[in-house]
Amino acid sequence: MAEGRQKAQVYKTVLNEHLKKFGAVYAFLLLIIINAISNENFLAINTMWNLLIQAFPIIITSLGMLFVISSGGIDVSVGSVMAVAGGMNAVIMNGIYPAFPRSIFLGIVMALVVSLMFGFFNGFMISVFNMQPIIVTLTTYIIARGLTQLIANGKILSFSNTPFNAVGVLRLPGNVPIQFIIEILFVLITAFVIKRMVFGYQVQAIGENPQAAKLCGIQTTKVQIMVYMISSFIAAIAGLLVSSRTSAADPTNLGALAEMDAIAAVAIGGTSMSGGKSRILTTVISAMIIQLITITINMNNIHYAYARIMKGLIIIIAVYIQQDKKR
Amino acid sequence: MDNNLLLEMKQIDKHFTGVHALDQVDFAVRKGEIHALMGENGAGKSTLVKVLTGLYGKDSGQIIFDGEERSFPTPQDSQNAGISTIYQEINLIPHLSVAENIFIGREPKNVFGIDWKAVRSQARQLLLDNGIDIDVTQDLATYSTAIQQMVAITRAISQNAKLLIMDEPTSSLAEDEIQVMFEKMRELVAKGMSIIFISHKLDEVYTICDRATILKDGKLVGSYDIDKISRLEMVSKMIGRDASNVLKRSVGEYEAKEGTAALLHTKDIDNRVKLHGISIDIRPGEIVGVAGLLGAGKTEFAKVVFGCDNTYTGEIEVEGKPIRMNTPKGAIDLGFAYCSEDRKVEGIFPHMSVKENMTITALSRISKFGVVDTRKQKEIVDKYIDSIRIKTPSPDQLICNLSGGNQQKVLLGRWLSMDPKLIILDEPTRGIDVGAKAEIEALIKQFSENGISVLYISSELEELIRNCYRVVVIRDGMNSGELTGEDITEANIMNYIAKNMKETEEAHG
Repeated sequence: MAEGRQKAQVYKTVLNEHLKKFGAVYAFLLLIIINAISNENFLAINTMWNLLIQAFPIIITSLGMLFVISSGGIDVSVGSVMAVAGGMNAVIMNGIYPAFPRSIFLGIVMALVVSLMFGFFNGFMISVFNMQPIIVTLTTYIIARGLTQLIANGKILSFSNTPFNAVGVLRLPGNVPIQFIIEILFVLITAFVIKRMVFGYQVQAIGENPQAAKLCGIQTTKVQIMVYMISSFIAAIAGLLVSSRTSAADPTNLGALAEMDAIAAVAIGGTSMSGGKSRILTTVISAMIIQLITITINMNNIHYAYARIMKGLIIIIAVYIQQDKKR
Repeated sequence: MDNNLLLEMKQIDKHFTGVHALDQVDFAVRKGEIHALMGENGAGKSTLVKVLTGLYGKDSGQIIFDGEERSFPTPQDSQNAGISTIYQEINLIPHLSVAENIFIGREPKNVFGIDWKAVRSQARQLLLDNGIDIDVTQDLATYSTAIQQMVAITRAISQNAKLLIMDEPTSSLAEDEIQVMFEKMRELVAKGMSIIFISHKLDEVYTICDRATILKDGKLVGSYDIDKISRLEMVSKMIGRDASNVLKRSVGEYEAKEGTAALLHTKDIDNRVKLHGISIDIRPGEIVGVAGLLGAGKTEFAKVVFGCDNTYTGEIEVEGKPIRMNTPKGAIDLGFAYCSEDRKVEGIFPHMSVKENMTITALSRISKFGVVDTRKQKEIVDKYIDSIRIKTPSPDQLICNLSGGNQQKVLLGRWLSMDPKLIILDEPTRGIDVGAKAEIEALIKQFSENGISVLYISSELEELIRNCYRVVVIRDGMNSGELTGEDITEANIMNYIAKNMKETEEAHG
């Protein structure tokens, strides 16, 4: 009997480990199956492309968030930085400020510069002045949103008939959306940086044990500033693409709550919220799960509020599964 | 005699993924005895204790405690049954007050909730009973490790424990504090309590314990009355080979390095807190010991040299050039390495692999444009796993699954791969078993033969005597004496510490 119990114990541990690694994959497949059954059009390739287009901001911002959380921090300013990037580009493109020539190129450059400045501010305050990441990025969250509303003068900035409008809806041969290409690119770059570059190891080391990291000669200040700048940079790209696809930058709603989706994706993906080992693939799958929940709810004509409740429940279950149950 | 047993663990078996941690282990503790649990790291001591206290579940086996068969699914259950544990790393909460720490989870209540007045007065009384007179409303963290340890013991006693488990309780205590603790232990045992004492220090085991149980590789070697087993026998049973050459002293090997120019020259290092003028020179390939009581400034000095504390004043010269030490990175670039006394907090990255832990500092050297050359990374790891005999199933094993001795070796590998000129070792054998200790000491000898200088900080005088060419004794943040070659003896080192104490007393008196 003791043997039976021991066997059961072994199975339980193996199952636990397995769920930890592949839980997100199963949840993803489950959602696909549910949708395929309830909606015959779901498995069409176009639905897939749409999923990848809609999940775009979550997927790429979750990769930026992955760096931040792995380093032991958190960045709640992502959504506001998306807005400031989209807004900055729109005002320059629309020639609202006479000081700047009307130029798409300049618009994009300024959007990136301003976003990187917010990222630098986050990283600088956190690493140099030792401030709590959640507090610092919360202030950036407020300031960046405020700045966007200020430059847009409170109005939705729409634009049409510019080459910029074409970017967000661009389809490559085979009807492949541009978003898909960018997603693949970002995932590959992230994987390379985390698995093969010194910087990736250092980010995870700082998240695991900041004191030891310092004693290993890692320049923690530099690495932390970089991490927050990466997060803001990616947020800016997301903001620009979303505004391009919708032909507008809405200072109030662009990127609203995007940081929550990004954090949720990283959490469901199994990266420890206190920092350390970065899980890339499961993070991406989790980002798609989050979008799939919304799609599932929409396609079945259920009120959107349910999507939020579902997301919340899934996060809590996922984090429970990922927990170290050593005892 | 059997009804005199307080605890009997029978045929305890425990597997972790891929490791048979406990293999049919029997272990029994009598009422009113101090029982040593001995073994090398990885022998299964802590696993056995954790099974007993309910931190781990057992795969099979029986636990009989106080005459009844029991199982402890959670630590709370074992505590309620009368088993208290004091860990090496004190498991109290630093930012709560002393009183709160003693009563946490079982505070006396009144109609308004917790009766804080009672908490304070009872805590104070309990501590006074143990001969400690401190302000119990202060944060625990404001007191020394020794006091914190006594608070932990006080907490355990006040829970009416029948069995007290002490896991290396003396590792951060000074000699006189250890004596106080031993007296306390004898008192408790006289009152009928039993104590399981885990320590790597043979002296302590022979001073305080009645019996000892030895484990090796998860198996029981045997249980012995302390007065019937010699130290040498005990050591050889623990490491499973003839121990006669393990503990051999090698005074004859000391080598004066007089005449060669200093690699590191420090003069009047002062940080106005713990350091008040320390001067130490180290020549290439020299092993210089630093001795001194707890709090004398040994670690603080090491941190200044390694660039962790840039508030210092004083001179530092490296190879004749004056240098200001500002950051650890700067120190590493100069060829310095530092193994901290606190492996957990300042050494390992627990959930990263052996490979990642070992190569984290070397990464910038084995990379081009920030991209790591994984072939070179593997070479380094294989080389040191082999040459310093790190026991790990694979380089990808998480370091937290390794024993303390092997973790320490990984950290040594981390620094060796940097080809350092100077290694600062701060208590390199703390929490490490006799076998691994001997191996690490042998490694340190090798460093010196390869021209690496070693600054050897230790509170174990024997270790300094065995390994150092020169020993600097510091006291209250100042040099108090220096010994070389044959003059390095326990008596001489003690003398320097004691003589200065007398002088200070006179100066103050």
